Amino acid sequence: MQDSDNKRFVPRDRNWHPPAYAPGYKTTVARSPRQSLVSMQHPSRSELTGPSFQALRLGPHDNDLLMNYREGQGRDGLPIGERIVMFGRVLDQFGKPVPHTLVEMWQANAGGRYRHKKDGYLAPLDPNFGGVGRCITDEQGWYHFRTVRPGPYPWPNDINSWRPAHIHVSVMGPAIATRLITQMYFEGDPLIPHCPIVHTLNDPLAVDTLTGRLDMARSRPMDYLAYRFDIVTRGEFQTYFENQG
Amino acid sequence: MSQQPTHDGGVLYRETPSQTAGPYVHIGLALDVAGIPLRDEEVWSRLATPEADGEPIELVGRVIDGNGDLVRDAFVEAWQADAHGAFQPDYDLRKPFNSFGRSATTADGDSEWSFTTVKPGRVPAANGKPMAPHVCLAIFARGINIQLQTRLYFDDEAEANAECPVLNAIESPTRRRTLIATREEADGKVRYRLDIRLQGDGETVFFEF
Repeated sequence: MQDSDNKRFVPRDRNWHPPAYAPGYKTTVARSPRQSLVSMQHPSRSELTGPSFQALRLGPHDNDLLMNYREGQGRDGLPIGERIVMFGRVLDQFGKPVPHTLVEMWQANAGGRYRHKKDGYLAPLDPNFGGVGRCITDEQGWYHFRTVRPGPYPWPNDINSWRPAHIHVSVMGPAIATRLITQMYFEGDPLIPHCPIVHTLNDPLAVDTLTGRLDMARSRPMDYLAYRFDIVTRGEFQTYFENQG
Repeated sequence: MSQQPTHDGGVLYRETPSQTAGPYVHIGLALDVAGIPLRDEEVWSRLATPEADGEPIELVGRVIDGNGDLVRDAFVEAWQADAHGAFQPDYDLRKPFNSFGRSATTADGDSEWSFTTVKPGRVPAANGKPMAPHVCLAIFARGINIQLQTRLYFDDEAEANAECPVLNAIESPTRRRTLIATREEADGKVRYRLDIRLQGDGETVFFEF
């Protein structure tokens, strides 16, 4: 018997997450299962454990997208765009910090162009911007990245679909069962209500939780604006009372 | 964050909702596929070095959509026990075996994901009975709004498969077979192949847990 065998997580609310089949986002039509998910009533340690990355050697600028990409040697320029810090806490559904978990992010540059072989958008690449970051949350679950605000970009879905500015975020959490990939949007972005991917969420509150908030107090004068994005992973039942829930 | 009340008058925060990993997931999680220089250490598709205990194997497969077309922008994560049936959660590239790995299908050619690993040992189910050897797989891609979670089993473990409580929890015996990888031997290597079918004929069983 291992501790993991007694673990229990709050069930995932599949009506709160976007459904697999969301025809407004056209690519889901052929990529969504037609059969129901098979529900494991009693998950095993295969589901209730997961990787920890504290031994992974991160580079000094892995969470600093202003510094972690230079095309070629000897360049010392900074990326173009609005300097921002994206930060927040990873908490579980009971409000408990999720320490030492891997948070990864990726994004387009300030012009809305991804540094990816398959992105052919006419906005230019930025020679000083890669668009990838990673860090490990601290003891209290905090993480932060320094970057530039990504630009919106058009994509082929409807005739004139645009993605609002967004940063992709990947969080491990304590188990395979808590694994989560999502996107942070920016408070006040007028494209949010027009986005077919945002519309895969049924509940306006869900969109709200994916919206990073401008935090003037944590912004740095004459340097950067701060956007706060707290991430909630599935709650792990810990106490007697929680376990009765 | 959003809160929901619980029956006992407390509050529970709602889990952050998922959004698709999108077509450019590689920039963040599979840098070489995007064409971005690698950092000092990356999480990738080799779970086991030749020094690891157990039978060295490769796992390969394609991801196929409801039209029968290859999904060329899929990103796959694997999680499995070591040869002795124990998980090795502390990811450390200096160790011969890690329980976790990542792979991606490619834009060109066969478009196969693959993992270099060892055959996992048996892990107990929640009721203590042994499950058949298996590898947990999670599939992310453009058009997948929340990852699809499945398992890969082995076709040369017929006896263990027949008594695996998780396989047997799949009501349809026909559907159970969608999780069984086929053993191949080529160039002195042992390879197990499993295509993941997202929709339609032979649709892979996906789990929630």
